[in-house]
Amino acid sequence: MDQSAKIADIHKSIVKEQAAQERKRLMLNAGLLLLLLAAPFAIYPVFLMKILCFALFAVAFNLLFGFTGLLSFGHAAFLAAGGYTTGYLLSNYSGLSTELGIIAGTLAATFLGLGFALLSIRRQGIYFAMVTLALAQLVFFFFVQSEFTGGEDGMHGIPRGHLLGVIDLENNLSMYYFVLAVFIGCYLLVQRIVSSPYGQVLKAIKQNEPRAVSLGYNVDRYKVLAFVISAALAGLAGSMKSVVFQLASLNDAHWHMSGEVILMTLVGGMGTLLGPVIGATFVVNIEYHLSQGPLRDWVDPILGGVFVITVLAFRSGIVGEIQKFIRKNIG
Amino acid sequence: MSMIFGVPLAVLSGQLLIGIINGAFYALLSLGLAVIFGLLKIINFAHGAMYMLGAMVTVLMFNALGVNYWVALFMAPLLVGAFGVVIEYFLLRRIAGQDHIYSLLLTFGVALIIQGVLINWFGVSGLRYTMPDMFKGGINLGFMFMPYYRAWVIVAALLVCFGTWFVIEKTKLGAYLRAGTEDSQLMQGFGINVPLLISLTYGFGVALAAFAGVLAAPIYSVTPVMGSTTLIVVFAVVVIGGMGSIGGAIITGILMGVIEGLTKTFYPPASSAVIFLVMVLVLMFRPSGLFGKEA
Amino acid sequence: MTMMKKLLTSAVASTLMASGAQAAISNDTVKIGYLADMSGTYRDLAGPNGQSALEMAIADFGGSVKGKKIEIVSADDRNSPDTSSSTVRRWVENENVDMVAGMVASSVSIAVSKILEENDKLGIISGSAASSITNEHCTPNHIHYVYDTYPLANGTASAVVKEGGKTWYLLTADYAFGHSLESDVRRVVEANGGEVVGAIRHPFPTQDFSSFVLQAQASGADVVGLANAGADTTNAITTASEFGVTQSGQTLAALLLFLTDVHALGAQTAQGIQLTTGWYWDMNEETREWSDRFMDKTGVRPTMVHAGIYSSTIQYLKAVEATGSDDAQTVRKQMMDTPINDMFAKNGKIRIDGRMVHDMYLAEVKTPAESKNEWDLYKILRTIPAEESYRPLSESKCKLVKN
Repeated sequence: MDQSAKIADIHKSIVKEQAAQERKRLMLNAGLLLLLLAAPFAIYPVFLMKILCFALFAVAFNLLFGFTGLLSFGHAAFLAAGGYTTGYLLSNYSGLSTELGIIAGTLAATFLGLGFALLSIRRQGIYFAMVTLALAQLVFFFFVQSEFTGGEDGMHGIPRGHLLGVIDLENNLSMYYFVLAVFIGCYLLVQRIVSSPYGQVLKAIKQNEPRAVSLGYNVDRYKVLAFVISAALAGLAGSMKSVVFQLASLNDAHWHMSGEVILMTLVGGMGTLLGPVIGATFVVNIEYHLSQGPLRDWVDPILGGVFVITVLAFRSGIVGEIQKFIRKNIG
Repeated sequence: MSMIFGVPLAVLSGQLLIGIINGAFYALLSLGLAVIFGLLKIINFAHGAMYMLGAMVTVLMFNALGVNYWVALFMAPLLVGAFGVVIEYFLLRRIAGQDHIYSLLLTFGVALIIQGVLINWFGVSGLRYTMPDMFKGGINLGFMFMPYYRAWVIVAALLVCFGTWFVIEKTKLGAYLRAGTEDSQLMQGFGINVPLLISLTYGFGVALAAFAGVLAAPIYSVTPVMGSTTLIVVFAVVVIGGMGSIGGAIITGILMGVIEGLTKTFYPPASSAVIFLVMVLVLMFRPSGLFGKEA
Repeated sequence: MTMMKKLLTSAVASTLMASGAQAAISNDTVKIGYLADMSGTYRDLAGPNGQSALEMAIADFGGSVKGKKIEIVSADDRNSPDTSSSTVRRWVENENVDMVAGMVASSVSIAVSKILEENDKLGIISGSAASSITNEHCTPNHIHYVYDTYPLANGTASAVVKEGGKTWYLLTADYAFGHSLESDVRRVVEANGGEVVGAIRHPFPTQDFSSFVLQAQASGADVVGLANAGADTTNAITTASEFGVTQSGQTLAALLLFLTDVHALGAQTAQGIQLTTGWYWDMNEETREWSDRFMDKTGVRPTMVHAGIYSSTIQYLKAVEATGSDDAQTVRKQMMDTPINDMFAKNGKIRIDGRMVHDMYLAEVKTPAESKNEWDLYKILRTIPAEESYRPLSESKCKLVKN
């Protein structure tokens, strides 16, 4: 057999291999989708929605941290901004259709994110993290002081309302499918962003920012955009959460919440797409089940332990470690 | 009575003095953080927990062994420092040389564990600790009543701060420390046990926090959560001062104490938020803090 | 419109109940869910020991009601309304929980009460201080037992003003609870002929109070009032003692102080402070006997919240027994119709807005000489009758009250 035929053969097998992998991935995704569609019939829908909202929050955070390499310690501000804005509008304007309230909440978080980004983007590493923390503390202070948030009593009785003015979201099942649709849409959006040329630049910035600068990219603008998208999606997560639970509280704006999303992303696997989703599922489940059982008094130390063990031994998180394992033994 | 912005001069003077006292306290707390970051590049999010341990250990030693305040001033930092050495050796060492973020996350986790465990053992209401007899009472300065203990706090804090700064910046030991952490291979070649030096430095940094805890025991409620809110304030101070700068942490601590004190006089509700406002403003114009070295 | 429907349904249901129709215990079990902060700021008020109090109540009641067993489930509310509402939703929708007890953080209590209203189950809130719980946030599905900011302000402030503390300087925690306490105090002080000469709002939480104490001293007011709670109060008291506030003639009035706080301070630091409490472990034979049993079980003396959890649970079980039903509206109505005179409350009555009103007590912290052991901390000065203590229904913003 001559060279070109050999090469053609190799080429054919690579294409077949890729097609097989593509099929596997599609099947995996289809399977997951089916699982998610059927889940509310087996698992309590409100609990699932909580996971989806936090998963979206973590995915948003991961866009900035895992893919762009920027650790924000103030992401709770966006979650709360979305939640309170949507909550306020839906509570006080009864004719307002739910999705409009959610969009408004997302926009509020987006603008807040822009503000944060412009003030912090020039800083590096720990300084960047601390500026975001400081800004988030100022936002927290604002929420504590404001009448409309209800202070530490919280904002309660937020109506689920009607989707597009027609579909009654009081029904947990309808609400679930709505949240699921939004979540999947955002997940696919982030997937698109990450695999796009823009996403490649973000990854380059994460790996070696000076090099990206020397290549001629306006690094600041890329980072600001990433920040704003991340804030917007976090706000969307908060908006949806306030409609799901029909309440919004200061817990959403507290820096512990910022810490929690970091934990979720880290444990799940930062820099992967599915990681934050798995991480959110993991953390929400642990908190929920532990706080009911005999280990109820030990939830915080256990979460601390998870943090420590993840940083020491499972840096790539659940998804990352699984990927490594697959590559080593199967791939 | 003369007034400044509607506040009587006497009251203002009192507030400034209080601000300086609190500032000295912040300086002491930030010092340990600055040492740990400046020399070891570790972002110690467990610093608040170490401060709390200093206070808790003081009270527990008193209750269990009758250890008095003066002995506690040495023993508590020693014990907590030793605990710090253990943490460095078993945990932090494994992530040495990696991105600073991991040290932040690791120490954050450690703090959660320490705090959670202590809440379970001791509850959240706090442990009783009475002021040592020799410090009870105070002196009337005319514009305010100054408790003797607060005068002691300012003296002790400034002494320790200055002492630490001097040792690190001006002595041979300090030079070895600074060199050892910058270029450990070279220093090890000179026969200096750099890993030991690193462990001891971390231990020293947290011992400083514990010392602040002992100082706090007679005047603040000693509870497992006392370090939690103090932590982010102290971080703010260190960042404003410049994360690598020891002198910067001291000066900024005092400055922040005064600014906070003034806010408590003119607009009290914002007094815990003002430090973050200052941080944002400072970092806008000086990206590495007031005295920072890194770009 | 769901609210209207709920009100009508419960009105109809209660009439039916009263006429003796359909009384039954659902699922042949009375299931109580205990929800409180087990690991955070409010852990010592109710917390794990509150569950012990609940268990004591069930045991003392006999362990069963009308031949049906009594079960408990419990969870940590994590001070989070999200987590609590998920837990309670699951409890009432999937696990047949009939009554939810405990609850401390106001955001948790309010969130849970909304869920209970939707599902027509009953909640008995023992730990929260917010008076809004039976005011603008009242529902037909919960009862607020033990205390709220209104009687605390009423009791302490009016007593102190009557003793001569005419001018007041307030240190207020800058959040809704503090503001509410402050406005209640202002009202009482002014109604009694006093004057609030100044007030500072301090951040929640605050560790160092020296600056605020200084301003309070400079004001020259007769009384320094602490409109805050928990560590803020204990820190403020410690600092006040350090700066010689009481030595120089000012009175310190703490508006919300629990036994656990005073225990943490000790008689030496806290002596002389006046406060209002709903109950104290050493008031009489009955309370002492119960508190000894509580101490055997938990190792500490009970706060008024613990005693309230015990009492409210027994009252609940009695109502279930009397009506033969664990339906929320039936039991609530029965509880409202039954006066409460037990170990915990004297002249107790549950009003239409869900507020359990009972005699409160003005107490003073003992001096070290008077205090015989670490928990011997209060002397009861006098009783404040129920009618004088709580927000009158005429001032209520509760939707259940026809105003």
